[in-house]
Amino acid sequence: MTHNVLVTGVSRHIGRRVASALAADPDVDRVIGVDTVPPSSPSREDDAPPLGRTEFVRVDLRSPDVARVISAADVDTVVHLSLVSGPAKSRSAVKEHNVIGTMQLLAACQRSETVRRVVVRSTTAVYGSSPNAPAVFSEDTEPAEASHHGYEKDAVEVEASVRGFARRRPDVVTTTLRFAALMGPGVDSPLTRYFARPVLPTVFGFDPRLQFVHEDDAVEVLARVAREDHPGVFNVAADGVLLLSQCARRAGRPVLPVPSPALRFLGFSSEQLAFLTHGRVVDAARLAVELGHRPKYDTAAAFDDFLAVRR
Amino acid sequence: MSEPGARRDTSEAAAELLAFLRRRISGDYEIDEFGFDPEFHDRVMIELLRPLYRHWFRVETLGMANVPADSGALVVANHSGTLPLDALMLQVALHDEADRAVRLLGAHLVYQLPVLGHLARKGGHTLACPEDADRLLRKGELVGVFPEGFKGIGKPFSERYRLQRFGRGGFVTSAIRAGVPIIPCSIVGAEEIYPKIGDMPMLARMLGLPYLPITPFFPWLGLFGLVPLPSKWLIEFGEPIRTDEYDTEDADDPAVVFELTDHIRETMQQRLNELRVRRGLAFSGIF
Repeated sequence: MTHNVLVTGVSRHIGRRVASALAADPDVDRVIGVDTVPPSSPSREDDAPPLGRTEFVRVDLRSPDVARVISAADVDTVVHLSLVSGPAKSRSAVKEHNVIGTMQLLAACQRSETVRRVVVRSTTAVYGSSPNAPAVFSEDTEPAEASHHGYEKDAVEVEASVRGFARRRPDVVTTTLRFAALMGPGVDSPLTRYFARPVLPTVFGFDPRLQFVHEDDAVEVLARVAREDHPGVFNVAADGVLLLSQCARRAGRPVLPVPSPALRFLGFSSEQLAFLTHGRVVDAARLAVELGHRPKYDTAAAFDDFLAVRR
Repeated sequence: MSEPGARRDTSEAAAELLAFLRRRISGDYEIDEFGFDPEFHDRVMIELLRPLYRHWFRVETLGMANVPADSGALVVANHSGTLPLDALMLQVALHDEADRAVRLLGAHLVYQLPVLGHLARKGGHTLACPEDADRLLRKGELVGVFPEGFKGIGKPFSERYRLQRFGRGGFVTSAIRAGVPIIPCSIVGAEEIYPKIGDMPMLARMLGLPYLPITPFFPWLGLFGLVPLPSKWLIEFGEPIRTDEYDTEDADDPAVVFELTDHIRETMQQRLNELRVRRGLAFSGIF
C-alpha cells in the first residue's frame, strides 16, 4: 500500500528530523512537510539533516488550506508536530497556532477519506507540576489541579480536540505522544536555553526532579508510530531522573537560589516556575511494552549529550 | 589493632570520603523516580539522626523479625509528638536493625514547604496518595504510613496514646491491591517529646499550618522550646496481617476495607496500652 505522509511543524528541529527519517524510508512514497515559515537553508544550520525528497508546502495551519493539501496528495498519515511552547510571538498568537491550528488540521482529517492514521505530539506538561500530585504520572493520572497556564493549557486543549476526533472517526488510528522535555545537541527550547545561562536561578528550598527524552529517541518513536498502528496515549520519556542541582553540577554552572517571586520577576512564566519548583516525572512503561523497545539514552546520558556540544 | 593497619584504615576512610564528596560535587549520583537518594540517606541523614535515636530517646525495638527482609510490606504506625520525630526514628530503626529504607507517605503540607519537601524526597518519602503507594508496593518497597495524620500528631497531651480515627482506610486498599502484608507498628515515647497543652488556632490559620502548639517550653523559650524532651521510646513491629488471601476486588469493597481497618486499629491500641505499661515512666532513667 502507498504511504503519503504529511508532517506539520517541519521547519522546526524535530519536525525536520522526522520528515528526513521518513523520506529516507523507501516504503514511504511521499513526504509532504508543512509549516508557517519555510525551513531554514542548510547553510545556516549545518547540523540540520537534509529534508531529502520532502516536499515543502507553506501553509498557515490556522486557515483551512491544509485540507486542500491533504486531499490533493491523498495523504494517509498525518504527523502533527507543530505544538510550540516558544515565546517567539505574542502569547495569543502561540495559543492560536497551537489550539486553532490543531482544530483546523483535525477538521481536515475528519472530512478526508484517505487519512487513516493521525499522530499528535503532545507533552507531559499536561500533568502540570504540583506538590499535591503523585510523584510519577502514568497516562491515566488525572491532573491534580486544572491547568491555567499557557503552554500546559494549550496542550490540554489540543489533546481534548484529538480525543473528540478519535471519537468521531474511530476508523482512524489516533496516537497521542506525551513527550518529556526534549534534550539533545539540536534542541532549542526554553529549558535548553535555561541551561545555557551562565548562572542558573533556582527556587530556594526546592530541587525538582527532571526527566528528559533524547531527540534521537523522540525521532525514532515518531517515525515508527507514523508507519505502524499504535492507537492510544503514551508517555515518551527516558529512564532515570536527575535533580536540577545534579544537572547544574554536571553542567558546571553555579546556581542562585532565590525566592519564587524573584524568578517571576526574571521573566519565568508561571508554568515554568511550577516546573522549576516541583519538577515532573512520568512512567513510560506503556510505550516500552507497546513498541517492545526502550529509549537508547537515559535521562543522564541525554543531558550529557546535550552538554557535549554546548561546552 | 596494629599501627600500620590503623593507618591504612584512616587513609581508606579519607579516600572514601573524598570519593563521596567528589560524587556529590559533580552531581554523579543516582536517585530513584521518587527522588530517593540512598547515598545521602545512609551517609548523611541517618548519621545525623542516630545520636538522637540511641542516646536521647534510647529507642528499643521489638518484633523486628516481623519485617520482611526484601519484599513489599506496609508498616502502619501511630502518630504523635507534635513534630514528626516518630517518623524519623522509625526510619532509623528500620535502617539500622532491618537494613531497609522505609518509604513513608507524608502530608501535602510537607511537599508544599521549601527545604522540608525536598529533604523528605531525598529520604525516600513521598506524598500520601494511592498512585504513589501502589507504585512503591508493586516495586517491593517497605512503605510506612500514619493513618491518623494530623489528628494523631497534633492531639493534645491529655489524649496521649489514644488512637484517633484512621482516615478512609486507603492504606488497606493499597495493601490488598498489592497483596502485601500489613505490619502494625506501635510507637511509645513520642507522645511525651513536646507535650501539647494548648493551641494557637488563629496564628496557625494565618501561617497555613494545621496547628501551632503551646507546650511547657514553646513558645516561651523560643527555639530552645524546640528541643524534644528525652523520653524513653519503644517501637514494636507486630504480627503481619496477610492480605494476599483477599481478592483484588475486595480492595474496592468498603465493608472489607473498614473491617480490616478497624481490626488493625484495635490491635494497635491494645499493643500501645501494653507497651506503655512495659516501658513505665517516660523520664525514669533521667530524673
